[in-house]
Amino acid sequence: MRNKKEKWLAFLLVSPSILAVAVFVYGFIGWTTRVSLTAWKGMIPDYTFVKLQNYIELFTNNLRFEIDIRNTLIFTVIFVFGTLLLGLASALLLDQGLRGEGIFRSLFIFPMAISYIVTGVVWRWLMNPAQGSRLSGLNLLFHTLHLDFLNSLYTATPEWGMAFIAIPAIWQLSGYTMAMYLAGLRAIPDELREAARVDGATEFEIFRYIVLPLLRPVTLSAMIILGHMSLKTFDLVIAVAGKQLPLDMPSINMWQTTFDAHLYGSGAAISILLLVSTAVLIVPYLFFSLRKEGQH
Amino acid sequence: MPKKLYVVFAVVLVAAMVLAACAKAPVATEAPAATEAPAATEAPAATEAPAATDQQLEVFSWWTGGGEAAGLEAMIAIWNTQNPDIEFINAAVAGGAGSNAKAVLATRLAAGDPPDSFQGHAGQEMIGTYVAADQLEPLDDLYEANGWYDVFPATLIPLISKDGHPYSVPVNIHRANVLWYNPKVLAEYNVAAPTDFASWLAALETLKAAGMESPLALGEAWTELHMWETVLLASAGPDLYTKLWNGEADWNDPAVLKANEDYNKLMEYVNSDYATLSWQDASKLVADGDAAFNVMGDWADGYFSGTVEGGNLGLTPNTDYAWMPVPGTQGNYDFLSDSFNLPVGAKNRDAAIKWLTLCGSKEGQDAFNPVKGSISARNDSDQSLYGVYLQSAIADWAKDVVVGSLVHGVVANDTWKNQISTDFGAFILDKDAAKFQASIVASCAQYGPCAE
Repeated sequence: MRNKKEKWLAFLLVSPSILAVAVFVYGFIGWTTRVSLTAWKGMIPDYTFVKLQNYIELFTNNLRFEIDIRNTLIFTVIFVFGTLLLGLASALLLDQGLRGEGIFRSLFIFPMAISYIVTGVVWRWLMNPAQGSRLSGLNLLFHTLHLDFLNSLYTATPEWGMAFIAIPAIWQLSGYTMAMYLAGLRAIPDELREAARVDGATEFEIFRYIVLPLLRPVTLSAMIILGHMSLKTFDLVIAVAGKQLPLDMPSINMWQTTFDAHLYGSGAAISILLLVSTAVLIVPYLFFSLRKEGQH
Repeated sequence: MPKKLYVVFAVVLVAAMVLAACAKAPVATEAPAATEAPAATEAPAATEAPAATDQQLEVFSWWTGGGEAAGLEAMIAIWNTQNPDIEFINAAVAGGAGSNAKAVLATRLAAGDPPDSFQGHAGQEMIGTYVAADQLEPLDDLYEANGWYDVFPATLIPLISKDGHPYSVPVNIHRANVLWYNPKVLAEYNVAAPTDFASWLAALETLKAAGMESPLALGEAWTELHMWETVLLASAGPDLYTKLWNGEADWNDPAVLKANEDYNKLMEYVNSDYATLSWQDASKLVADGDAAFNVMGDWADGYFSGTVEGGNLGLTPNTDYAWMPVPGTQGNYDFLSDSFNLPVGAKNRDAAIKWLTLCGSKEGQDAFNPVKGSISARNDSDQSLYGVYLQSAIADWAKDVVVGSLVHGVVANDTWKNQISTDFGAFILDKDAAKFQASIVASCAQYGPCAE
């Protein structure tokens, strides 16, 4: 009796969120998909069905969208691998059982508490590309330290400016990755390492053949989380670079196409492509991790 | 017990979030329908003195800070003395230089709940977006009744009209084609202020040869396009410039190619970090003597001469900084303007007409503009209220040929402008003058007034 009542109550409590998700997530995804197949342009909705026209236009001779894809790839690769490496390295160092570990752990995680906008503005100042008599930020620091070979144009670098926007993102999220790896390291039983030592394995071999394979699930989770974040990046790029073609991202393109140019059909197509690219990353991961939970 | 506590906590949190979300909503739900009789008062001619049926007036803008908000407050003060019975509802939406406000506005217009009057750049930004969607009423009667055809410059009216009907009332006038320069730097290098485009290039070359790294200050993407439109005006002249934008002239004209080539020449003298600088940063390069010239709209005057406490530079005009029209555009006034309009289906239409009358009046304009740092659209404003730069602008406004700004929404609709900005971004990267010209030819046919 009591059990049944509790079930009923549980359902009652979740139903608002199920309803909200159904309408505001899946309903709107459906709606956006519909709009992306129409010729809607301007203030008045126009639901003339144009098949995949909007998508085709994005992929034919569209310089801006080419730059978007290129920038997304550059950003994602550098950001994900940079964050993983830095996170793993700092987790390994912290795992050596040094004193005051808690303090360091907090220090490294703190950047995550800052909003991307703030990070972006600060790094915009640090990565000031001004040359000559107006050196400032990191370039000035390098100059004072007689490290002038490190002088860089940063985001103003032709072709590769996007790579530098990954730096603040790495700075912000490597602490989070470190925490994930640290938890993973702590979960590795000491017995395994000890057994390996007894068998005569070097510390590097232990790391290579025992620790690293056991951390693989952590790496996968971190990659998924970081990867989908990088696909959706908007605020960081806006804060560091403003809206400029060489440093454009699909999300910025979507915003301008929809709300500045009033090309609603085309803007909806970009959002759907963004969603699909994220889903390609997330859905298999969710599928496998849910199945695993089911088996347990 | 702890579980229960958690549930209570969660419920309180959710309730707080819901309340917070509701607290933002009233902007949209403000005007209660009960107090008015909307349908009945539908079509009184704009000329007749409207009966005081409306008790509210809702004016929508993105003026939430600085001189703009102060100017709006000054106009509200006049409104309240003139119309003590009609409550002024200031529905200003902050953020994103108006892009947040435009998103809110689009939602309200789509839902058939327009404000009684809303702000927008005069010209194609308003016409191409809202008039094209039949969301605004023409204001011919209002212009007639208030004699605005006589006090606004004759070259201004066509730029804010569609098919001969004006659709908005400009409350201020800004000028885009201003070259700001540092007279001390010019004196130091013994360079005279330029008189035409060629002498400007020569001056830049002299300064660069004398060791100045970047004699021309430039900022982020939109300021680059801003400079390009003034170079186009210099190359094409006001007649062709206006015809290019309204579709009467062909973008394949050699003057366009020349403008693009001239622009490439200018880019040889700009600071290497231009893409990351705001317009204020670029102006400051001139003020600090790191650069000699900068092309920017005349809001830069407020930044140069405003108080240091107010975040400005506190400089003395004509000593620390000086100005002239962009070389080659003397005699032309590349204008932009904030304006108010009359949405179709405004709930308090009579009050809105009174508001627009105030917006176009000498009293309203002279209250708003000295505070905002712009000039009155009228040719009879009281010059003594304005600062040194603005007085010179008023003198030019009275005699110059008026043309419209691209970047600031006068000559191209939003869709076309966005496409030009994208193509211009590519031009900045590849410096291919002919390709950029070809892309404008194409976008004019696709989104602009050019026939295919």
